[in-house]
Amino acid sequence: MNDADVRIDYYPTHELNGIKYRCGRVLPFGATMVPNGINFSIYSSSATSCTLVLFKKNADQAFVEIPFPKEFMIGNVYSMIVFDLDYENLEYGYKMSGPYDPASGHIFNPNKILSDPYAKAIGGRDTWLRAPNWDNIYPFRSRLVFEDFDWENDKPLETPIEDLVIYEMHVRSFTIHPSSQIKFKGTFSGIREKIPYLLDLGVNCVELMPIYEFDEYEHSKIDPATGEMLINYWGYSTLNFFAPKSGYAATGKYGMQVDELKNLIKELHKNNIEVLLDVVFNHTAEGDHRGPVISFKGIDNKTYYMLTPEGYYFNFSGTGNTLNCNHPVVRNMVLDCLRYWAAEYHIDGFRFDLASILGRAQDGSPLNNPPLLESLAHDPILAKCKLIAEAWDAGGLYQVGTFPCYGRWAEWNGKYRDALRRFLKGDSNMVGEMSQRMQGSPDMYSSRGATAGINFVTCHDGFTLYDLVSYNEKHNEANGENNQDGNNDNDSWNCGWEGETDNQDINRLRHKQIKNALSILFVSQGVPMILMGDEMGRTQNGNNNTYCHDNELNWLNWDLIKENEDIFNFAKHIISFRRSHPVLRNSQHFKNIDYMNTGYSDISFHGKQAWQADWSENSRLLAFMLDGGHAKNGFSVDNTVYVVLNMFWEPVIVELPKLASGKNWFISVNTDMQPPFDFYGVSHEVKVENQNSMIVGARSVVILIEK
Amino acid sequence: MSFTVESKINENIARLTLTGALDSSTAPILQEEVMKIIPQNPLELVMYVEHLDFMASAGLRIIIFAKQKLGTQAKLILVKPQDQLIETLKMTGLIFSVVIVDQYPE
Repeated sequence: MNDADVRIDYYPTHELNGIKYRCGRVLPFGATMVPNGINFSIYSSSATSCTLVLFKKNADQAFVEIPFPKEFMIGNVYSMIVFDLDYENLEYGYKMSGPYDPASGHIFNPNKILSDPYAKAIGGRDTWLRAPNWDNIYPFRSRLVFEDFDWENDKPLETPIEDLVIYEMHVRSFTIHPSSQIKFKGTFSGIREKIPYLLDLGVNCVELMPIYEFDEYEHSKIDPATGEMLINYWGYSTLNFFAPKSGYAATGKYGMQVDELKNLIKELHKNNIEVLLDVVFNHTAEGDHRGPVISFKGIDNKTYYMLTPEGYYFNFSGTGNTLNCNHPVVRNMVLDCLRYWAAEYHIDGFRFDLASILGRAQDGSPLNNPPLLESLAHDPILAKCKLIAEAWDAGGLYQVGTFPCYGRWAEWNGKYRDALRRFLKGDSNMVGEMSQRMQGSPDMYSSRGATAGINFVTCHDGFTLYDLVSYNEKHNEANGENNQDGNNDNDSWNCGWEGETDNQDINRLRHKQIKNALSILFVSQGVPMILMGDEMGRTQNGNNNTYCHDNELNWLNWDLIKENEDIFNFAKHIISFRRSHPVLRNSQHFKNIDYMNTGYSDISFHGKQAWQADWSENSRLLAFMLDGGHAKNGFSVDNTVYVVLNMFWEPVIVELPKLASGKNWFISVNTDMQPPFDFYGVSHEVKVENQNSMIVGARSVVILIEK
Repeated sequence: MSFTVESKINENIARLTLTGALDSSTAPILQEEVMKIIPQNPLELVMYVEHLDFMASAGLRIIIFAKQKLGTQAKLILVKPQDQLIETLKMTGLIFSVVIVDQYPE
């Protein structure tokens, strides 16, 4: 021990088998490096005793087990400093003694070694799908990490949310396919290598599907039909909320996953790309009463989980258990976790999986004023983070439009997705609703502004965009569940043939429908999100729930850029168009008046005749004009934009609104045209021949700008 | 696998020649050498790593440690690192903290 480093109160008072230790500090929870030692702190409301178990890395047996003396306990917290440990080569866990009475919610087992809920790294799945030792007495081991990453001047970007273009992606799927042609496929480093692609596409925010440590082997099985192994591929089942997924790091086998992830975030920030994490706080990997005891169950089952009066697990997540998020102790853990990711990893925001669960009371009933959601909304460290809710859960709570927001929370707008899909395939009676959705859903978010809604047409759950226009029904046979899993209400239309076809007319229509969907998405007020690969026509062969496949059903095939070059070019254009035109990115709703005295109201609606929108049941045409003088709610100036959405199956002649003297309409997008005439790049728009009217093709979108 | 480090310092340049495998068991040897050198305030710390066959995270931590102890004015130079080490430095962002060269006069 180096005497110069020793605080006056950091000296050992106890010794066991040559290991020196003393009473620790109760905060912070977890394992923390202190001069010449490590401070361990953990709590349990019902344990009667606790033992610290220390392993050398990957060793079969612990090298010491140190029971916490009673005097090391304050309240329900056990804390201890152990000196002279080789923290590079250390794994730790706990044994907890206490009552075993499942009906009362207690399932203590003094022989079980438990992972620390506050561990910053977890060992056991260091390399993706490397077969573990199934006889390991402690399979998911808590480890320490170093917080010495050099961030230089990096900080979260704080991009205004209305300016974001979100790209939802899976870390492994993005680059694991051989066609990615990079060195470290399927890893955080792989994303870093592809930053030039993200810049070329034009997105400025990536939303990473779960990167908290999970067990890809959880519920793994061999599909009897194909012989293929089905695994927990997506990772919506958390082992630990503070630890990044080691198997997503090329350096995970060296224990450098934290540095690799931080380096990715730093490089993304350097390129003005934000990072959102898809976080799963609604349940854990411990399942129901038949599931494994890994951590929370053995430490404080009754605190961490919502239990029925009989001691079984409530299952609002559809995955076996439900985290007891509004218990004050669990609430603090969630808050500590998000603060840690915001402060230590410079994360720009979070998307909360099945977030409605976070608003349920301990007995499962929905709360009017959920303390967790309120705490997150008002937390000083999270103050600039985006907070986005998936505002429903598997227990039937659907809160899109009504999620408790505290002036902060945004939502995945599921109603936007549903309306866009139905409008796109030509359903009747959709023009009215679509007009609300593309305005940022003022009917749902009247007091919350246009940015309360994250608009999307596809996400990881459900069809890809290509499949949305290629399949009427889901085809999930490969999931080994007799096609019973996945959503049945897809609002999809196959354009005349189920699945792949050589019919050129059908394929042309599918490409057009994809461009139509992207056009509607990117001219809508609110925050657009696209799913990885939709920009190049990625297919999952009609499978709308590919959670279990580590194969081409999920992997992004980069050759599609060439194969569907027109879709890719169009996607780049429409993203660029949105980012070039502030009139598309208002934070507040339209007022439907001319409050800037430009001669036009901020938004006006039209139909076949200018100024005469057709809201009738059988109308499938919606046209609207966004006045450039009202861009960014009047704080910016832009070209006026005119959008015609004709989802009718026949072409229509549309009268164009007259512009001020000297101004003309120019074409930016016409999805009815074959490439390369389906769009004209920003600043290269082509003047409309007849300024009074134009033919808008069947199932087509036209976007004009005034110059 | 064994690990050796030879060190010498003159004219504000410290030179460390590393051979073998640098892991958690051998990293303290390097750390000790770095600790000896730092008080002499070198302007350059040169690590000859061509014959370093393996560097685990513990070794990378010593690089961070050395860089932090050297301060912003001094350079940390790695001479002829093997490809795997360069890749690891790239992936973890440490590449920006060091200067990599193919040769440096002994």
